[in-house]
Amino acid sequence: MAENKKMTLNNLPEEELFFGHKACPGCGGSLTLRLVMKVLGPNTFVVVPANCMSAVSFYYPAMNFGCNALASAFPCTAATMSGIEAAARAKKLEDYTVVGFAGDGGTADIGLQALSGAIDRNDRIIYICYDNEAYMNTGVQESGLTPFGAKTTTSPAGKVQHGKLTHKKNLFDIITAHGIPYAATASVGYPQDLINKVAKAKACQGTSFLHIMAPCPTGWSVPIDSTVSVAKEAVECGLWYLAEYENGEYKLNKDPKEFTPVGDYIRKQGRFKHLNEDEIREIERQRDATWVRIHEKW
Amino acid sequence: MSKKEFMSGDEAFAFGVKLAKPEVIAAYPITPQTIVVERLSDYVADGDLDSQYIHVESEHSAIMAALGSSAMGARTFTATSSQGLLYMAEGLPYVSGSRFPVVMMNANRATAVPWSIYNDHNDSMMFLNSGWIQVYVEDAQEALDMAIQAFRLAEDPRVMTPVMVNLDGFVLTHTYELVEIPDQELVDRFLPPYQTEHKMSLDAPKSVCIGVGPEYHMEFRYRQHHDFDHFPDVIREIDSEYREKFGRGYGVLSEQYRCEDAEAVLMTVGSITGSVREVVDDLRAEGIRVGVMKLRYLRPFPTEDILSLPESVKAIGVLDKNLSYGYEGTVYTNVNSALSRGNRRIPTKDYICGLGGRNISKENIRQIYLELLNPAAIQEGEKVSFVNLHLDQEVDKNG
Repeated sequence: MAENKKMTLNNLPEEELFFGHKACPGCGGSLTLRLVMKVLGPNTFVVVPANCMSAVSFYYPAMNFGCNALASAFPCTAATMSGIEAAARAKKLEDYTVVGFAGDGGTADIGLQALSGAIDRNDRIIYICYDNEAYMNTGVQESGLTPFGAKTTTSPAGKVQHGKLTHKKNLFDIITAHGIPYAATASVGYPQDLINKVAKAKACQGTSFLHIMAPCPTGWSVPIDSTVSVAKEAVECGLWYLAEYENGEYKLNKDPKEFTPVGDYIRKQGRFKHLNEDEIREIERQRDATWVRIHEKW
Repeated sequence: MSKKEFMSGDEAFAFGVKLAKPEVIAAYPITPQTIVVERLSDYVADGDLDSQYIHVESEHSAIMAALGSSAMGARTFTATSSQGLLYMAEGLPYVSGSRFPVVMMNANRATAVPWSIYNDHNDSMMFLNSGWIQVYVEDAQEALDMAIQAFRLAEDPRVMTPVMVNLDGFVLTHTYELVEIPDQELVDRFLPPYQTEHKMSLDAPKSVCIGVGPEYHMEFRYRQHHDFDHFPDVIREIDSEYREKFGRGYGVLSEQYRCEDAEAVLMTVGSITGSVREVVDDLRAEGIRVGVMKLRYLRPFPTEDILSLPESVKAIGVLDKNLSYGYEGTVYTNVNSALSRGNRRIPTKDYICGLGGRNISKENIRQIYLELLNPAAIQEGEKVSFVNLHLDQEVDKNG
């Protein structure tokens, strides 16, 4: 079988499969979808639950996917994909991909049950969590993937409570604990790495999962032209990591020798503006603990 | 050649589903529906049914997987009961609003709290507004036959609406009867493979389950509403073809028994109908003119049928195995609305019965008829009453 030419940023297809939508300027979520869809191509069945991406692209009469797409209910991106995949099997379809795009809340909170079930069945679907670290569509409310200290409209920077009280759920470990065939973390700040991982997921014969950091300038209070740079900085300061889990083995795609200061990353974002030095140190402590665990376990 | 077998309601329904050859089944177990999903699993595991069985992790996932499957143009089945149906709530209007012809079996069971695994209709009645067709069957034979008819109805291009077939929990799901099993070839001719353009496909990609703003929303709803106007004709057509092919039919939205010159008529839903018919026969034998009207479909609602009751009818009672707390039984509300639409002024009375599996005896039914035979008292008296209620009963200390 001829090996497909490796997709790079330079040879990505011209064809846009997610376009004309009404996402905010600088939206990391829509950038994720645009890139992923270029890799997956038109023979794709897309599921998007109730979130920003469906709100900006399924609003009658303007439909913004250039392929089959279904706007599903919030808790069941994975279950809807399983139904599509089962029907595709029943109809003996060939050369197609089933993908879902859910946000952090749609994945790690309300969508976790359905995602777990789909991985358990090992349905051949690609589940993509684009993580902008809060319920952005409803106006920036706290989710299980909102980081410690971040201000949201339900974890305000108040007099006695200073933003989110707990740390981000360890979603990657939750997913890999299922023994999933392929899982990876990625970032819109590292598009080539992201493209490589989407290509791997597309080739995977079972369930695959990508957790993609996708900053939201609106919710994070950062300039709209800083989406990619702030995503890069998250990796550079060690608050996000690029990793893969394949055939039971973990792999770090980027292992920074030293981290840039967390404070530099934090101070640029309005959502962290209220944090004091102790709280920033707590974020660093948690970061370091995560990396110790990564280096020990992986 | 058809043959006869001794089957429970669940088993008969599962066999009907097998004969209908769904391409995808997505279901989660719940008492008293479980036998349906167990039998279907057996058929798939033994290769007797070529279907993709999705072992979903919840009823919410069951209905949404069914949505995804039906959106691909695959014949799709799910089944549930009570709490499971309530858990599906979000998905029900997703499926009906998208016009995907999923068929569901619901084993009617009480809703918590107080929780109970026994029969009443409080589960499905909550979803009369969900946009699904709702049909209630009386016995195991009708269960099997309606499993087949339901797919034909849901998938009809004039309908394209999901169908919920309701079986009374335990009373019907777990009761064994002799059931005639139709020949597979005949079923295949009655119910050919599902073909539709209303699906996602690689040849003609589309976006489905869309959002609509205030400028278009009402028009979508208006069309969905008025499409129901045609459903009774389609149901009639399907049932008469079924009768031709299989020798059994069930009328259309409702079935009247000895109502022709009746003075009092009881409206029933589901398995209680058999007992009521027997009481009607007993009373008729005594020269008392009573009849029973079995409401098979609640959506579409048999308004015309109710208005066609003869002038002889002086009082109507409704057996409601459900209760809209603080008001009345839901079937009663619907029956009164139908009478009002036709400007028929007949005294009516609601009989709340069988909640959480409470027994309804033939003597209870006889007493109801005798009460209805005094229309003036019905006109003047309490409109909502409870059958077989014992507020002063001692708790049995021995359980």
